[in-house]
Amino acid sequence: MLCETPSPSRRALMAGSGALFAWASIPKFARAATARDPRFVTIILRGALDGLSAVAPVGDPDYAGLHGELALRLDGDHPALPLDPFFALNPAMKSFHAMFKDGEAAVVHAAATNYRDRSHFDGQDVLESGQPAPNMTDSGWLNRAVGAMPAGERVARAGALGVGVSTPLVMRGPTATLGWAPENLPPVGDDLVHRVLDMYAHSDPALGGALAKGIQTDKMAAKDGMGKPKPGYDPVAAMRRSAEGAAKLLAADAGPRVAALAFDGWDTHIAEGGATGRLAQLLGGLDGALQAFKEKLGPAWADTTILAVTEFGRTVHINGTTGTDHGTGTVAFLAGGAVKGGRVIADWPGLKPNALYQNRDLAPTTDVRAVAKGLLAAQFGLSEATLAKTVFPETAGVKPMADLVRA
Amino acid sequence: MTSTQAPDPVLVALNRFGLGGRPGDYAAIAADPRGALLAELATPDVATIRDPALPTSAEAIQKVYERNKLERELKLKKPAAPAPMAAKPDAMAAKPAPPDRPAAPKLPQPQQEIFLAEVLARIHKALDAGPGFVERLVAFWSNHFAVATNKDLIDRATAGAFEREAIRPFVLGRFVDMLQAVERHPAMLTFLDNRVSIGPDSPAGLRQHRGLNENLARETMELHTLGVRSGYTQADVTNYAKIITGWTIVGPPGKMGEPGSFAFNRFAHEPGAETVLHKVYAQAGVGQGEAVLRDLAAHPATARHVAFKLARHFVADAPPPALVERLAKAYLESHGDLAVVSKALLAAPEAWSAPATKMRDPWEFVVAALRATKERPDKPQPVLGAMNLLGMPIWTPAGPNGFSDVSAAWDGPEAMKLRLDLAARFAFARKDHEDPRALLTDVLGPKVGEATRVAVARAASQPQGVALMLMSPEFQRR
Repeated sequence: MLCETPSPSRRALMAGSGALFAWASIPKFARAATARDPRFVTIILRGALDGLSAVAPVGDPDYAGLHGELALRLDGDHPALPLDPFFALNPAMKSFHAMFKDGEAAVVHAAATNYRDRSHFDGQDVLESGQPAPNMTDSGWLNRAVGAMPAGERVARAGALGVGVSTPLVMRGPTATLGWAPENLPPVGDDLVHRVLDMYAHSDPALGGALAKGIQTDKMAAKDGMGKPKPGYDPVAAMRRSAEGAAKLLAADAGPRVAALAFDGWDTHIAEGGATGRLAQLLGGLDGALQAFKEKLGPAWADTTILAVTEFGRTVHINGTTGTDHGTGTVAFLAGGAVKGGRVIADWPGLKPNALYQNRDLAPTTDVRAVAKGLLAAQFGLSEATLAKTVFPETAGVKPMADLVRA
Repeated sequence: MTSTQAPDPVLVALNRFGLGGRPGDYAAIAADPRGALLAELATPDVATIRDPALPTSAEAIQKVYERNKLERELKLKKPAAPAPMAAKPDAMAAKPAPPDRPAAPKLPQPQQEIFLAEVLARIHKALDAGPGFVERLVAFWSNHFAVATNKDLIDRATAGAFEREAIRPFVLGRFVDMLQAVERHPAMLTFLDNRVSIGPDSPAGLRQHRGLNENLARETMELHTLGVRSGYTQADVTNYAKIITGWTIVGPPGKMGEPGSFAFNRFAHEPGAETVLHKVYAQAGVGQGEAVLRDLAAHPATARHVAFKLARHFVADAPPPALVERLAKAYLESHGDLAVVSKALLAAPEAWSAPATKMRDPWEFVVAALRATKERPDKPQPVLGAMNLLGMPIWTPAGPNGFSDVSAAWDGPEAMKLRLDLAARFAFARKDHEDPRALLTDVLGPKVGEATRVAVARAASQPQGVALMLMSPEFQRR
């Protein structure tokens, strides 16, 4: 069941009515008749984001005690930013908070994929491949979603963008993709490019195809005057740079309409921090990336939905080193002018010992695949059958979440 | 390559198993390519780096301790500046920062100096190796037991020593010995947080109200030994985490031994017997964890995990199951003797018949380019920069699972464009001007494909010909 401002009492009221799922499909290709030109971005947060320190259930009576010194508070030097009477946002995410207040951002809480063990790499594989279990394919759900669109579709024609030197798994697969990463090398002469492509044409078309796309994307980016700052390891700046580059490409008339990014570093086993500290810094980076999308997409922002997801959450109790270990339920962030925002979407399970998953983790009550399906259905008109067969195989029971996107 | 024909056995030896031919290598081993690899395995001390200038991990950590002490003293004298998030693992970190405070005394960065020296030693070892099979094994195991230099100054200072102390001595020895050396190494104890994991019921835990961190315990089972989904449970992870509480590093005062060396701190160790994989471990002290590691190393799931990863690394992204099975059998029958397993790999017909479909990873590509052109950098920065650009910063993967070992991670559009950028910049910056047609035959042999031969022969210039050779499918794939 779905409720927007959960409280323990409301949860109790609705207990036992498990059939009241308010999710429905939107299975028609109707958008060709509209003027919309939708964009969809997914950001994979690798390492398992602590949802309870990102979006805190400050209204849950058990929260502050369990999450200890990592817990966010509404008072003090770094007060959390209220989203509704029950949830409050990490103060590092001021831009996201403004979007939320403007109805352009939403949070899904107590969310997870179907994966229930605690391996990062399997969890990321399930999250990005969209398969029911790890290590089933080398393709990602977003790649297959683009492949499932009719050939004449705007999105299918323009292609999809994988940001980063190594294409994120969610965007890998049989459908051709573009690649782009911030870097600063002088361009190679056209003559050498043609000679290498000609060599590949005769002996290795796969390498030729990849190289041709890399060159093409780079030229498109150069034409738009995108800066090529030096690669560095300041993760906050790197997040913003990746987002700026991707946004410029998505905003271009002939540019891609779908993009995937991956941000690393969320595995906060030690000295995680709460309202300030390591996690808050990373959340500030994500916040800057989302703001960069809003600024650089320009008018296209109004047609955009961004979904930021992680492989699983972290333990409710803090561990022996003021961090958290691998857990289960966590948050997903939605942002973009097309998002029907201003809501925390959660069927809050509570934090009582018997409500926790295996007595240690936030119990997942919403399947993040339902969120992804709902966005793909609403943005691109993919049918429920396609979503359940091709994009997220064997998920007929996971209905696309309705009502995430403005009509 | 799209071709499915059997590969040239000389290139199998040099490229699939080795680090690429230098001019003359192809001709030298053409009569017996497999014999050349076996001869390399039989060379005494073949994996050892002898460089008295490189510090031990304990010495490196002592330098970090001194640096941190100085930093604290400097902070007491001036208002605190915001701390950077992590050490910068790229070559740029070597450049002096712009002077923001004119009078600020300069803080030494020994971890960066040591890191650069270690990287250069690794590059030179790779350039000087024979076919390079042993160096490939070192890189494979180093990535299997990955640490990352951006975790902590200690990891930046000791990643190289970790490879020299915990990986190299055992690449042709026993897996269990490598495992024992890895899991107690300061670089690993720091990288996966065990240094600060404390038994909740230990004296330190009871006094400080601190406790477990299960990071190293989980990755030891998931990544280092059994492999994910091999049957262990959360309870096994938690119990093993308790068993290795107290496995830590001696602090600056040196109360438990040489500062920076491994220590078993009994005051932080969770007392009592624990059950892991249905077996009770009642030993006291460090022997309890060592016993678990011995059993993990001997476990059939570990044999399968290691066999699969070796076959995937050297033969194909989806390795033939029969090959994996044979390697696992060799592992179990030899009690984890990695020389026996490596020889089983060389004896496998699949290894010599599978088409060259795998992409060279960035390290293999960059080293092979240097070997093919007889370039020997006297500074590590250009190689570090290239590795950063290609998405494989040396000893700095994004997570404890190391860098990806499948082609899809390295052959995307952006990656190919960057390889071309690098190949061109490298070729055009060289001083030597050998005939690229002769170089091509010297490095890749007389059977190199027609498209490559024609492209190199028709090159507009000498450097363009070299760039084309470096970008050719025969050079990119193995």
